[in-house]
Amino acid sequence: MAKKISNNWWSRFTDWLDIGSGKLDDSMMSSFDDETSPSSSSVELQKDALRHEKDIDDIRNNILEHEQSVYDSLHTGFTSKGAKHARRFYMLAAMAFCIGIIALLLNTVEYLPEFGNPDNPVNNEVSERYIEKGMEETGAVNIVAGMILDYRAFDTLGESNVLFVAACAVLILLRISVEKEGDAAVQLEMEADDRMYEPKDDIILQTTATILVPLTLLFGMYIIMNGHISPGGGFSGGAVMGAALILYLNAFGFEKTERFFTFKTFKAVSVCALSFYAVSKAYSFFTGANHLHSIISPGTPGKLFSAGLIPYLNLAVGLVVCCTMYAFYTLFRKGDM
Amino acid sequence: MQLLSIILLIFIIICAITVAFSKNLLTAVVVFMSQSLAMSIIWILLESPDLAITEAAVGAGIDSLLLLVTLKKIHAIDHTKKEDNNNGEED
Repeated sequence: MAKKISNNWWSRFTDWLDIGSGKLDDSMMSSFDDETSPSSSSVELQKDALRHEKDIDDIRNNILEHEQSVYDSLHTGFTSKGAKHARRFYMLAAMAFCIGIIALLLNTVEYLPEFGNPDNPVNNEVSERYIEKGMEETGAVNIVAGMILDYRAFDTLGESNVLFVAACAVLILLRISVEKEGDAAVQLEMEADDRMYEPKDDIILQTTATILVPLTLLFGMYIIMNGHISPGGGFSGGAVMGAALILYLNAFGFEKTERFFTFKTFKAVSVCALSFYAVSKAYSFFTGANHLHSIISPGTPGKLFSAGLIPYLNLAVGLVVCCTMYAFYTLFRKGDM
Repeated sequence: MQLLSIILLIFIIICAITVAFSKNLLTAVVVFMSQSLAMSIIWILLESPDLAITEAAVGAGIDSLLLLVTLKKIHAIDHTKKEDNNNGEED
């Protein structure tokens, strides 16, 4: 009895997951579709493109028929009785394997040190040194910032470089070279691909963006510049600023953002910020390792321009992260910036 | 405080199971987003506000945005497209 009820509950839960949202999608999509009407391209261009599309459709159908025949010939081999047993055995083996792994992992948890216990091996002399001398040595009130941008600045440089390299990889994979504007087939394909889809003049979105974007940008800048005083820092602040730029792009379209953010801006900002980081940190590592006098002083802890290089390094990391996030989004959307 | 963190942890587990079992990808992304938000509150309760800010900005914001764009690109949330173009699987 209990099993039946739980079964019923489970099926209702999955139904709610699948159908409930599906209905909403359909109505939303149909309302979208009513608005999208061929507006910009002229009749001539469309005729040309339609002919082109017919050829593509023929090729596509041929390929599909071929695939279907291959699938059928392969599929008949799997429906025999022996294959059925093999599949059942396979399923059971997979389940046993999963349950075994779960049991093993849960067993391991028991041997972990207790959470928050002062005698844990984490609380060794390294963290002691950070907590006791961190503020004095780096000048940063926020010890986390002092750690990641002073003691372990090399790690952070690597992290920023990883982001930059990831953006480069996305560029290689997704960037689309400049297309000829007049070609009808290309234009239709771009519209179908959602690449050039510009947001409609949505008053709600635009008003919200007008209010929120400056505030979010300001908040992101605050997180970055106060990284050595309060929680936050380059990475989180940069992500917030990137999100603000994406909201602006979604509300007003590519035309507006292209005024201040193009591929050139991305290149210039990322490369400048990363090289500034590398050069300034190389200087402080060089002087530190050779016991030379450094012109960078920790300053008074708690002031905005204190903690030596940390605020500037935070700014560099923030700019790289902001540009990378925005670049990811535009590359996914349009294949360009 | 203890009660709040227990509620949040249960919420996270439910969200994770929901993401795994939901067949609708859009639902999965939105639930994933809410899981990130709950996670960021847990980071605050564990006294690491640095991580909380990053989790809220990256996990709930940018991550789900990129996933949504990807879904749009592969026509996973476009139901009308499937009807008039049933054979369009290879692009």
